[in-house]
Amino acid sequence: MRDVAVIGVGMTKWGELWEKSLRDIFVESALEAVKDAGVDRIDSMYVGCMTSGLFVGQEHLGSLLADYLGMGPIPALRVETACASGGAAFRQAVFEVGSGASDIVLAGGVEKMTDVGGDGATFALSTAADAEYEVYSGVTFPGLYAMMAVAHMNAYGTTREQLAAVSVKNHANGAKNPHAQYPFELTVDRVLNSVMIADPLTILDCSPITDGAAAAIVCPLEMAKDLTKNKPIKVLASSHATDTIALHSREDLAWLGAVAKAGELAYEQAGLSPSDMDLVEVHDCFTIAEVCTIEALGFFERGKGGASAESGETAIGGRIPVNPSGGLKSKGHPVGATGVAQIVEVTKQLRGEGDKRQVKGAKIGMTQNMGGTGGSCVVHILGAE
Amino acid sequence: MSTSARYWREIPQRYRYEGAKCKGCGEISFPPRIVCKSCGGREFDTVELAKQGKLLTHTVIRVGPSQFADQTPYAVGVAELDDGVRLTAQIADVDFDELKVGMPVKLEFRKVRDEGEAGIICYGYKFVPVR
Repeated sequence: MRDVAVIGVGMTKWGELWEKSLRDIFVESALEAVKDAGVDRIDSMYVGCMTSGLFVGQEHLGSLLADYLGMGPIPALRVETACASGGAAFRQAVFEVGSGASDIVLAGGVEKMTDVGGDGATFALSTAADAEYEVYSGVTFPGLYAMMAVAHMNAYGTTREQLAAVSVKNHANGAKNPHAQYPFELTVDRVLNSVMIADPLTILDCSPITDGAAAAIVCPLEMAKDLTKNKPIKVLASSHATDTIALHSREDLAWLGAVAKAGELAYEQAGLSPSDMDLVEVHDCFTIAEVCTIEALGFFERGKGGASAESGETAIGGRIPVNPSGGLKSKGHPVGATGVAQIVEVTKQLRGEGDKRQVKGAKIGMTQNMGGTGGSCVVHILGAE
Repeated sequence: MSTSARYWREIPQRYRYEGAKCKGCGEISFPPRIVCKSCGGREFDTVELAKQGKLLTHTVIRVGPSQFADQTPYAVGVAELDDGVRLTAQIADVDFDELKVGMPVKLEFRKVRDEGEAGIICYGYKFVPVR
């Protein structure tokens, strides 16, 4: 495999973008990435998208988006592994460049979620769970994560206040991110007293419904300095693991096996350990998800992630800053775009372009993007050259 | 939405609680699998699930899908049955304050939901507390 570098990233403001279509938001982000990299062509592209068929009645996204980006007839492929689709699309782009098949590849992610109502969105998202043996009984995604939270609380004494602190921390970061859907600060009381969705998770423990896209461009590391003026960001590891998509089939309902596995593989590839990471963007689709992922990735001992945000260890300036972008909670969670947006954030941080949310001196960063309740997980480690 | 063919296909699990017991290692798969998750075995006996078990976790769904609108809020949980099988279901006939990890439950055959106007009425198992 050739060494691969990220040379351009793009993202636009996320939110309820009623005036824009899926193709508009994708093309805007992709053009930002092309402009950022300063390249005049793309050889191939991958698009992470979970379920445009259910959200907007549109499949065949690769060709549609290559055409609207003005890049046809390049090969273009949509990649799907639920909410980890974006991370998986980036991984495919890394493989294509690494293998020598192409030199300049764009990895994008997109989801247009507000063209359906709340019920339509609940149904579309539920397809990432086991349709026949979970969803059939009326379980929703907040419900599945709530059951992980109850299992974690029961086993380790994690509290609702500790979970709320994750939301408060991510909103404090997101308030400094101009692209965030909800760039405002919260308090623990406000999280605890907001509407209960699935006990013990309130609406402010949950990531929102978002329209958004993000894009990243990769090329061989050795070509980076000829192609772009940006500081190249090297891909140090790219890993992927799976687990049962039904939560009930797992031995420990409070443990994310695919995240732990993908993390181990990534550390091994990069020859690094958790203490080498300067920051990490994790998949905090719910507050409990951040707690479980930072344990599985080895930043906290098993069962000890609950107090992470409350203690300040995961804040910007803490021992291991988690989700300096604001995470899915504050930045928004257009499911297929999320994994690529994590790459965008870590790239900016490693270039020193994190603005008011910059992690000082960041040289190595990790992204962790997962599908469903952790049935799939994609991890990347990036490093400043 | 379930087509009638899909619904019919799932009846052995939903109505009769049929699992597949691996002839190699004895683990029960529910729903049945073609390849045993534990040992890779391909031969199974059809067995009926244990009817009792205990809750491993639970929640109360307060914002549910439209097919469950008339039941919202409702409790759901994951239970481990006495034969080791784990499954997800609604918890019926329970005060939400009673929900507790480790709580003994039994499986009962109940109406699960309507599939909308002129749709199928869906049945299946729910957990009920053992008192």
